[in-house]
Amino acid sequence: MSGVRVLVGTRKGAFVLSSDGKREKWEVSGPHFPGWEIYHVKGSPADQDRLYASQSSGWFGQVIQRSDDGGATWAPVGNEFSYDGTPGTHQWYDGTPHPWEFARVWHLEPSPDDPETVYAGVEDAGLFRSTDGGQHWQELPGLRGHRSGPSWQPGAGGMCLHTIILDPSSPGRMFAAISAAGAFRSDDAGQTWRPVNHGLHSEGIPDPAAEVGHCVHRIAMHPSRPSVLYMQKHWDVMRSDDAGESWREVSGNLPTDFGFPIDVHAHEPETIYVVPITSDSHHFPPEGKLRVYRSRTGGDEWEPLTRGLPQDHCYVNVLRDAMAVDSLEDCGIYFGTTGGQVYGSADAGDTWEPIVRDLPAVLSVEVQTLS
Amino acid sequence: MIRVILPAHLRALAHVDGEVELDIGGQVTQGSVLDALEARYPMLRGTIRDHRTGKRRAFVRFFACQQDLSHEPAEAPLPDAVASGTEPYLIVGAMAGG
Repeated sequence: MSGVRVLVGTRKGAFVLSSDGKREKWEVSGPHFPGWEIYHVKGSPADQDRLYASQSSGWFGQVIQRSDDGGATWAPVGNEFSYDGTPGTHQWYDGTPHPWEFARVWHLEPSPDDPETVYAGVEDAGLFRSTDGGQHWQELPGLRGHRSGPSWQPGAGGMCLHTIILDPSSPGRMFAAISAAGAFRSDDAGQTWRPVNHGLHSEGIPDPAAEVGHCVHRIAMHPSRPSVLYMQKHWDVMRSDDAGESWREVSGNLPTDFGFPIDVHAHEPETIYVVPITSDSHHFPPEGKLRVYRSRTGGDEWEPLTRGLPQDHCYVNVLRDAMAVDSLEDCGIYFGTTGGQVYGSADAGDTWEPIVRDLPAVLSVEVQTLS
Repeated sequence: MIRVILPAHLRALAHVDGEVELDIGGQVTQGSVLDALEARYPMLRGTIRDHRTGKRRAFVRFFACQQDLSHEPAEAPLPDAVASGTEPYLIVGAMAGG
C-alpha cells in the first residue's frame, strides 16, 4: 500500500503527518524536539526510514537528529560544523568585513543513492557534507572560497545557504543558492564552484546585473529535465534552460512576482507552483487571499488555485523550504504557512484541504512517497 | 560526587531525568565538570560551550551556591560545597524571549 509522510519543521518542533495513498485521513505525530526550531527535516531517497532533522536554538545552538525508523525514534548525531581553514570574512550589512560565523543548518539534502551521505547548507553560507550518517561533517570549502566570497552579504534573514540540488543524471553536478549571493554550480562534486546568475536583474544592488549579490529565494528542478531550473528570486520568477548558464524572467501574469517557494509537479516538468506574496515590505498574500499559482507552460502563463484556501483576511507567509510534492500517480502538493497551517492537495493543486491548522509557524515541508 | 542540574531542553536532549551525578578525578573546576558531563553525554557537546574554543554559549549561565560563576575561568576551582556534592552546579538557559 502506497502512502505519504509529510515532514514539517516549525519554530517549536517537528511534526510528521502520515496518510495512505488517498491522502484523505491523516495521522499527526509530534511535536518532536518540542520548543526547538526545526529548520528542516528530510528523508533519504535511498532509504525511506532514514530521516535527518536540523534542530537549533538561540540558547543551545545546533543539533542534528537522525531517525532510522521513519521518524518514530530519533538520536542526535554530530553537530560540529567547523569551517575549513581560516574562515576569513564576508561583508556585513554595513559593508564592513565580518568574520564567517556558523549560526545554524538551514537545509539538509540527503544523497539520492547513499543513506549515509547528506549535505548541509548553513548560515553563514557554507556547504558541508557527511558520509557517515551525520556523525561527522566536513566543509566543501570551494564554494565559500570562491573569489567573490568576501563580497557576499547577508539577506534580511541571515546569510544562509538554503538550496542544494543534486543533479541525478550527472553525479558531479550540484547547485546551491545563497541569500544574498545568488546561485552557484559545481561540475566536480562540490570541489569548485562558479556563480550562475547571468540574466538575473536585482534593483536592490548597485549593479542590477552583477555576477553575485542576488537574493535568490529558491531553485527547483525536475529530475527528468536537469538542465531546466526554476527560480523564485526576491522579486521575479526565473527560468533557465541551460543548467543555470542564463536565466529569463517567466513571471508573466502573476499578481506579484515576490515570493519564497517554487516547486515542480512530479510528473509534468513544465508544471510549476509559486505562492505570490505582496512585497518584501508586506510579507503576506495580496488582498488577504492565499493563492497558489500554477503554470502548465513552464512559466509566463499562470492560473490561481484557490479552492479550499482562505480567500478572506489571510495574512500568512509561506517560507522558501515550505512547499513539496509527492510522486503518487495523482501528484500531491503540500505547503505550510507562518500561521501554522499545512495544506495539501491530492489533485495537483485543483483543490486544497488543511491537514493541520494550528501548528507553530512552519519553516519547512518535505514529503516522502512511501512504497 | 558532583551534582549537575541541566536545563529542561538539555535534559530532553540527553534523555536524563533530574540531576546528573558525576565523579571527577582531580580538581573540581567548571572545565573538569563540563568535560566529564560531555564525556558521559556526547550529544551535549556544542550545546553549552563551543566545540573548538570551549567558550560558553552566550545564553547559557553557570550558577552555584547562589553565585553566578559564568564569567569565572574554566580552570577556577568550584566552591567546596559543589565539590563535596552538598550543593548542585546549575547550567541555566538565560531568561530571554521566545
